[in-house]
Amino acid sequence: MSAAPQKAKPGAEQIPVTVSAVVPLNDLVTRFEFKRRDGKPFPTFSGGAHTVVTMNDDGRTRLNPYSLMSDPSDTSTYAISVRRDDNGRGGSLFMHTRVNVGDEMTITYPVNLFSLDLRARKHLFFAGGIGITPFLSMIAQLELMNGNWELHYSVRTEALGSYVDELRYKFPNKVHVYYDDKSEAIPLEDLLDGQPLGTNAYVCGPKGMIDWIHATAESAGWPDAQVHSEEFLAPAPGKPFEVRLCKSDLTIQVGENESLLEAIERSGVEAPFLCRGGACGQCETNVVSYDGEFVHRDHWLDDEQHADGSKIMPCVSRFVGKSLELDR
Amino acid sequence: MSKFQFPESIISRPVYGTLTSRPGKAHLMIADAEGAEAILDLAVQDAVLMAKSHIIYIPKGTGETYTTKLRALKPAQFYEGPSYEASVQRLRHVLANAHQGLQVYLAGTEGLMGQAQNEAMQAGIPHTSIQTEHRGSVARRMQCVHCKGITEDVMHDPFQCAHCGLHLFVRDHYSRRLAAYQGVRVDAEDHGNIPEPQELYS
Repeated sequence: MSAAPQKAKPGAEQIPVTVSAVVPLNDLVTRFEFKRRDGKPFPTFSGGAHTVVTMNDDGRTRLNPYSLMSDPSDTSTYAISVRRDDNGRGGSLFMHTRVNVGDEMTITYPVNLFSLDLRARKHLFFAGGIGITPFLSMIAQLELMNGNWELHYSVRTEALGSYVDELRYKFPNKVHVYYDDKSEAIPLEDLLDGQPLGTNAYVCGPKGMIDWIHATAESAGWPDAQVHSEEFLAPAPGKPFEVRLCKSDLTIQVGENESLLEAIERSGVEAPFLCRGGACGQCETNVVSYDGEFVHRDHWLDDEQHADGSKIMPCVSRFVGKSLELDR
Repeated sequence: MSKFQFPESIISRPVYGTLTSRPGKAHLMIADAEGAEAILDLAVQDAVLMAKSHIIYIPKGTGETYTTKLRALKPAQFYEGPSYEASVQRLRHVLANAHQGLQVYLAGTEGLMGQAQNEAMQAGIPHTSIQTEHRGSVARRMQCVHCKGITEDVMHDPFQCAHCGLHLFVRDHYSRRLAAYQGVRVDAEDHGNIPEPQELYS
């Protein structure tokens, strides 16, 4: 870690963009492409990076992270693919129903919490559904370097297999697709067996798939440091609660369908964040006092920290009880 | 004498643990001298471990004391090498042909564990996944920061560099890349003022 104290900022730097293309891929997934409004090139990024998209939903600001799935070396366009979640909090629905070509939006500089380990002898990718997106940019990056990779991609049905045709066409020997509706499953134990020493595995998909791959790799003797995963959590709704922000000298209400972080931002208090999905650790906030129970949902704090009630990750975690006072 | 508790030191100094049997497809054990005792203890923990194990053992002056016992564990492969240097070719060959899921267990002197760990790291295993257990001599493998020469089995502080002859202060500053501690000229500021050598940890 750098010796200089790092000031936690609210989010990465912003880039004003125009929506240059909206491409429906299937019933659930649509690709959105962005161009910079100032005409300058986008920064290059590393495969696996995400951007946080700001959505102005009738006065309510939504900030959702999406993996950049375009070629990292293409500085003319950034692209994300969004899966519509009809039962979600509304960010993906907003993207699908309200965003059109020509719209002006704001996205952040890329942030990578799921990067390739370039020391790896080989990269073994496991994608579930929309979890394919970070791998598209990783593959583009590795192809430039003649990297050694293979992809095992599990999708529900042929119709919902985003980018399957394109991937199979370009990399017929590296891409393996498994269809749930044909009862096909990734032969994980066989795949983990016999990989060359120094192979790194990466998984992006539903929580069950991530846990399955971590557990199976561990029991096959794979070093934990060589199994990487990314799962963005959406903040879960919950009972409204009241929070005292003591530095700001404010008492705020957190609504049923907003996160604690969103409530803090709504009250005009600047709070640091990056991924807004419980993964990056940027929004870590000290608890001054509490009387009640935390509902911790992040991947950042360890079990001990979750138990002792000293910290909370306001992007995804909530609180149930009488009173909560935060150092913010 | 065989288990020595090193006093707490700077973060750079390696910390050794106790070997425990971990799930894995294959197991590679590398030990020298009294390090054999750690392998013998490990074998007691897990009755089926040895059937999937390859032991590379360097007696380093202990003669037949441990080799008979190690062979009696019936590992899948057993190799006895006259020195670490002579065993490196075999070690590299094993690592080059190994697969993910290989567990590496190192036991014995710091010099052996450091060098074998370095080979395993270069073959793609994160150092955090390589188990180590110190047994036997507290001698160190030292690099002279001035001439870059390595002096093996250093037992005294200060000691004389085997290459350039400078008198070097034994530091806890360690390099995983070099598998050696850093030795710095003890009389750099006041030439000729060389303290009486003390045996390490005596």
